[in-house]
Amino acid sequence: MEQNNVINVKNLTAGYGSHIVWQDANFSINKGEFVAVLGPNGAGKTTLFRLLLGLVKPISGQIELLGAYPKKGNAKIGYVPQRHPIDSETKIATVEFVRLGLDGDRWGISFSQEGTKQALEVLKVVGALELAYRPLGVLSGGELQRVFLAQALIGSPDLLLLDEPLANLDIRREGEFVKLIKSIVVSRNITVLLIAHNINPLLSVLDKVVYIANGKVAIGNSVDVLNSKTLSGLYDAPIEVLRDSYGRVAIVGAEENIHHHE
Amino acid sequence: MLQYGFMLHAFEAGTMVAIVAGIIGYFVVLRRSSFAAHALSHAGFTGAAGAVLIGINPLIGLLTFTSGGAIVMALLGKKAASRDVQIGTVLAFMLGLGLLFLTFYKGYATEAYSLLFGEILGISQSAVITTLITAIILFIAMVIIYRPLLFSSLDEDCAEAKGVPIFWLGMVFMILIAIATSISVQVVGVLLIFSLMVTPAATAERLASKPIYGIFISVLIAVMATWLGLFISFYVPYPVSFFITGIVFLIYIFVRLMPFFKNIYYKLLVI
Repeated sequence: MEQNNVINVKNLTAGYGSHIVWQDANFSINKGEFVAVLGPNGAGKTTLFRLLLGLVKPISGQIELLGAYPKKGNAKIGYVPQRHPIDSETKIATVEFVRLGLDGDRWGISFSQEGTKQALEVLKVVGALELAYRPLGVLSGGELQRVFLAQALIGSPDLLLLDEPLANLDIRREGEFVKLIKSIVVSRNITVLLIAHNINPLLSVLDKVVYIANGKVAIGNSVDVLNSKTLSGLYDAPIEVLRDSYGRVAIVGAEENIHHHE
Repeated sequence: MLQYGFMLHAFEAGTMVAIVAGIIGYFVVLRRSSFAAHALSHAGFTGAAGAVLIGINPLIGLLTFTSGGAIVMALLGKKAASRDVQIGTVLAFMLGLGLLFLTFYKGYATEAYSLLFGEILGISQSAVITTLITAIILFIAMVIIYRPLLFSSLDEDCAEAKGVPIFWLGMVFMILIAIATSISVQVVGVLLIFSLMVTPAATAERLASKPIYGIFISVLIAVMATWLGLFISFYVPYPVSFFITGIVFLIYIFVRLMPFFKNIYYKLLVI
């Protein structure tokens, strides 16, 4: 059981200083699982990521990542943060940016070609090889998301943390990108946590849902979590979850009951 | 012209300053810290003026005040450092304060001039040695922090997640800017720091797809402008800083207008 367990969380309370964002979370995530992290803005989804990245300590409770306490600079985690400001005038080539994911944290200068080689390989995997020598500044939103994913994948991580990677994509690109992520993580047996606002593009690929709202955390498969009873319990308010004939989900009432924990 | 001691010193110090300013300037532009760099040079002026007033080497005043300013800026954090209104207000006052210090000093006009605009032709042998040692230290420091600095400049959140100590790195880099500014003042002065620290790097940024190439181009422009400026001013007796600034400016304008020229060229080809 220990080998299969990537993330293990017991009675975990998260927050900053004396301010609690969510409390008493209990869940585990196993190797290779595709997990969607959902919840309203300010609920504490990014906080969960920061805990896993070792950037923030829990207020109380236990958290285990790959069998150890989360530490900063874990080479086994690939991370794509939200809000990547890229200057539109920058001429720096994509491949130069991606290779930083491999050794950007090490001191000194490297003259080896290894970084470029691996960057090109990983750009090929995400289907962005033709962007390798284009300047970052001219890439579109969708192209940039592929590049960020490539940067996270370089160095062969075991865990991918993607913070709203679908945010600026239109519906068609959303679907394509989700398929791409799924194919990569399946072929490399990577565990993925993906923060999103809309569950629908992810329904066909996910194994588990972590739903964070109102200071509470629920986990399970999409049917167990995304139903009126569970979500009403989380929000302490009447929430209805509707499913259409394709199995697509609409959550009604959640927007009126947002409590911001910022 | 190199028979003259003062010209030799000018070339020596000027070259070293240009190299260091070109390297550090690349990251100043990349991190959008050019106003902060300019602000540090103003703080340095106050320190230098104060040092002159109490009779010690102005470089000491420069270094103390620029380093102090650097540490304060790093502590205030990224958001504060880009609040140009606040910085501008404090720095305008600093400049006025420095002016006040100098009025108490007998030879204030020449001192003020050389601090504000540089006096590359008045650099002594010992100043060259000091500049050399400082430049070597700065160069080694930049080589050591190159990769994490590049990473955190392009993608701070990712760099932080990968374990780069972004706060301390930012502080160290600010101090390196402070030291580089201090030695650059003797060449171009407080007000024209941009011409060595920012404009060559801004030009390079428009040209280079690889950061190493960008740094190389930035250094090349700064050094060429310094050499050419010194050469011309030997025969045409106008201030060296003017020539350096002018050359650097012309190169920048040319590179920025290049797409425009290319367009016209293609249109002419069609005809």
